[in-house]
Amino acid sequence: MKNIRNFCIIAHIDHGKSTLADRLLEYTKTIDKRQMQAQLLDDMDLERERGITIKSHAIQMEYELDGEKYILNLIDTPGHVDFSYEVSRSIAACEGALLIVDAAQGIEAQTISNLFMALDHGLEIIPVLNKIDLPGAMQEEVKDEIVELLGCERDAIIPASGKTGLGVFDILRAIIERVPAPKGDPTAPFKALIFDSVFNSFRGIIAYFRVIDGEIRKGQHVKFMNTGMDYRADEIGVLKLTPTPKDVVRAGDVGFIISGIKEAKEVKVGDTITDFNNPALQSIQGFEEVKPMVFAGLYPVDTEDYEDLRDAMGKLQLNDASIVFEPESSAALGFGFRCGFLGMLHLEIIQERLEREFNMTVITTVPNVSYIAYTTKGEVLPVNNPSDLPSPDKIKFVEEPYISASIITKSDWVGPVMSLCLDKRGILKNQVYLTSDRVELSFEMPLAEIVFDFYDRLKTISRGYASFDYSPIGFKESHLVKMDIMLNANQVDALSAIIHRDSAFDLGKKICKKLKELIPKQQFEIAIQAGIGAKIIARETISALRKDVTAKCYGGDISRKRKLLEKQKAGKKRMRSVGNVDIPQSAFMAVLKLND
Amino acid sequence: MFGVYIHIPFCRKACTYCNFHFSTNLRNTDDMIRAISGEIELTALPTQGIKTLYFGGGTPSLLAPSALKILFEALKEKTDFSGMTEITLECNPEDISIKSLKSWKDLGVSRLSLGLQSLNNAELQAMNRAHTAEQSLKSLSLIGEFGGFEVSVDLIYGTPWKTDQEWQQELEFILNLDHVQHLSAYALSIESKTQLAFQIKAGTVLAGKDERMIAQFELLQHEIQERGWEAYEISNYCRKQHRAIHNSHYWTFVPYYGFGPSAHSFDGHQQRYHNHANNARYLSEINAAQLPRIEERLSDADCLNERLMTGLRTIDGVEIAQLHRFHGDWERENRQQILHFIEQGLLYKVGDALQLSASGKLISDRIISDLMWVE
Ligand SMILES: Nc1nc2c(ncn2[C@@H]2O[C@H](COP(=O)(O)OP(=O)(O)OP(=O)(O)O)[C@@H](O)[C@H]2O)c(=O)[nH]1
Ligand code: SF4
Ligand SMILES: [Mg+2]
Repeated sequence: MKNIRNFCIIAHIDHGKSTLADRLLEYTKTIDKRQMQAQLLDDMDLERERGITIKSHAIQMEYELDGEKYILNLIDTPGHVDFSYEVSRSIAACEGALLIVDAAQGIEAQTISNLFMALDHGLEIIPVLNKIDLPGAMQEEVKDEIVELLGCERDAIIPASGKTGLGVFDILRAIIERVPAPKGDPTAPFKALIFDSVFNSFRGIIAYFRVIDGEIRKGQHVKFMNTGMDYRADEIGVLKLTPTPKDVVRAGDVGFIISGIKEAKEVKVGDTITDFNNPALQSIQGFEEVKPMVFAGLYPVDTEDYEDLRDAMGKLQLNDASIVFEPESSAALGFGFRCGFLGMLHLEIIQERLEREFNMTVITTVPNVSYIAYTTKGEVLPVNNPSDLPSPDKIKFVEEPYISASIITKSDWVGPVMSLCLDKRGILKNQVYLTSDRVELSFEMPLAEIVFDFYDRLKTISRGYASFDYSPIGFKESHLVKMDIMLNANQVDALSAIIHRDSAFDLGKKICKKLKELIPKQQFEIAIQAGIGAKIIARETISALRKDVTAKCYGGDISRKRKLLEKQKAGKKRMRSVGNVDIPQSAFMAVLKLND
Repeated sequence: MFGVYIHIPFCRKACTYCNFHFSTNLRNTDDMIRAISGEIELTALPTQGIKTLYFGGGTPSLLAPSALKILFEALKEKTDFSGMTEITLECNPEDISIKSLKSWKDLGVSRLSLGLQSLNNAELQAMNRAHTAEQSLKSLSLIGEFGGFEVSVDLIYGTPWKTDQEWQQELEFILNLDHVQHLSAYALSIESKTQLAFQIKAGTVLAGKDERMIAQFELLQHEIQERGWEAYEISNYCRKQHRAIHNSHYWTFVPYYGFGPSAHSFDGHQQRYHNHANNARYLSEINAAQLPRIEERLSDADCLNERLMTGLRTIDGVEIAQLHRFHGDWERENRQQILHFIEQGLLYKVGDALQLSASGKLISDRIISDLMWVE
């Protein structure tokens, strides 16, 4: 056990975690150069295409230093804020963390939040100044920032480059010398923490665990303490490039178990595995359940595909336990599901995975956060869908979720960032200079305000020099109203939104205008109205289609024109009608594109 | 029975609204003519059965008579002209002279399609046409004096530059000419990637109002009806018995062979192909003795949709039986939609055929699209 090291790699998004992991795998000869490809651990198609890590990946390496052989278990983590729960689980399975900081960017918002998470778990932090090969690397300034943040010695920081391989041997030495070996009792009853699970269509569910005490042997009868279920350990092993079966996995090590588990619900990440006959006395403290941050309706484009969509969502859930969904129905869209996501990127990714892996194109409604309505009768109702909001006369008050947001930017952009956040109903809580020209601003603001068009505006006003991180801090009362959209006086339920009273007028106007752009002309005039209760706050009109004719239709025009009209028809088949108005799919997401 | 289309990819100037394939570099015309006759040589053309020949473009009238002659000879080498019913040449006013008319007559051209577009100099200039209104009038009278051609005139309406009154005057003038038997009247469409589309986007040209287009379309129908002309296709009008034979064959799915860059061909069944719309590439492929073809196999749905589209645009409409050859359930599946259009006065059912009303013609694209068979 004294020769095992468990560590994770944490950083702000894009600071080079996965690339550095590549080098570690290469320098420890875990893989040979022929098998090497960039960001090898990002093995999902989506990860490779987008160049970001979505899921944590664990892998075991062997390395010899000064004549001693060591086992190094590495976990690469995602940097995007939507997936910070992945980082927290990985941290729980480790004793140390490589904190990567991009030498050209410096400390960013997720550098800080991930660092605090690691410190909370008592991890040994090894700061790595990465990408020093870049011409724009500001080694001394960024070292200053790191020293300031960690309170570490300046020479504890390892300069490195995941691109050139510089510093990788120093990092390996530091992992062995600085990260403590796992503590635990190899002779005590078997006890392990489940920190991840994946679904494999051939093998069923594979759970990843970190052994705390004792050991597990192939075929052993084990119990999952939280769910109370018991299984035979059909296959156990360690996580090499591919899972590698073993007869025993011992205290301190990271491994996997396959035990014929079919239902994703049976495996709770954070659960404790122990021996069935000789159980541990106490379970390990698990994880908080991940809570969805945004909700949106997902509907099949073809109403007949509802059951297929349910099926697809269920399968996705096996792989991504953070999605929640329940059936809902809409007059405009038919039957579908209200789904909870960790953030907008997560929503986008689920949508894309449905499309790719299940060939399911879905209509997504405008996302919203989860509200709490207090009724005059004294009920407390969660509101995950605008149409669940009781009518104004039945509401005593409504609360909305707030977050604590941290933004790191250059001091030049403090003004614009501040006014953006104030515009988004933020309240400035703190302002700290990290260096003479980099500032961390802390705000409290409604979660709903960052769901729409916050990142993009932040990026624009700061010319890309601002990073952002947030965590929920609870609910606060707000002046919220439900805005409905009517097309020729028919309310389109899927377009309703809960918004702040002060921005209702402005938003109503913008939405009507956007819908006018997105809804094609029909043979009659279409009135678009936005209203709160019975009061109309904005209106636009789409004039009737009176002219739509092609001039020429000779030899070459025939197939070109046919294709064009066929495409139109295909688009129309996917539209939904409310009253007699046909609405294209894009209109249901109109609110997200108000500034395009 | 088949037709031949020859595409001459050259123009003197680029009209702002035009999205046809052409080049304004006239230096390569000889090479191009040689290549087109080369393509004719390479093609397995039936020796019998050619009914129509059509020179389009671009601007075929800018070719020297000797160049046209090369093409005629290449064709006659391959196929017997004795059953020929119509040979059309698209021409622009600036190319009309007694000399050119005589050379075309000698070659066997029977029909001229004259690209006037407008009789208003400001409008001609705005569209960057290569001729003036005076040249247009002159060319018309020359053709009349010379005699012996079927004559069709092209006009554009619904432009940002033409008032209803001007349109009325143009129509009256043209339709009253005894030696003009045919009118192609095109509602201006703003095609993507044209200079006009760019100007409208940039705001330097204001797009014409729908109302104007509609008023001018209605004016056109009125003038046509009053004179007893036939509105035999959405953009095509003629004195009785003077329909364009070659173009009508496109709508009745007669096979045709297209030669020249961007030209399209059709085997009369389910195979279409076309040449690259790129002069240099076309030249080099023909020089390498290759046919520069891109093939397109039509599905049953494609065939049905093409018949629906072209049929509805014509005076006789589309026969439902024609559509049922490709999809026996088409009418049943579209019953609601058809009834709806009939109720709105956009569509008539006459015997087994569906026909567009005048107001239906104005939104024909929408109606056709709505009735298409798309899985
Ligand atoms: N010049 C240079 N570029 C690097 C270095 N390390 C990574 N990169 C580049 O930085 C980008 C991000 O690298 P990744 O390794 O995917 O970063 P990550 O931290 O894993 O990103 P997430 O997992 O999405 O948070 C890629 O384009 C890499 O090629 C380095 O040392 N030098
Ligand atoms: S002359 Fe005819 S083909 Fe040439 S640019 Fe003008 S409209 Fe187009
Ligand atoms: Mg990564």
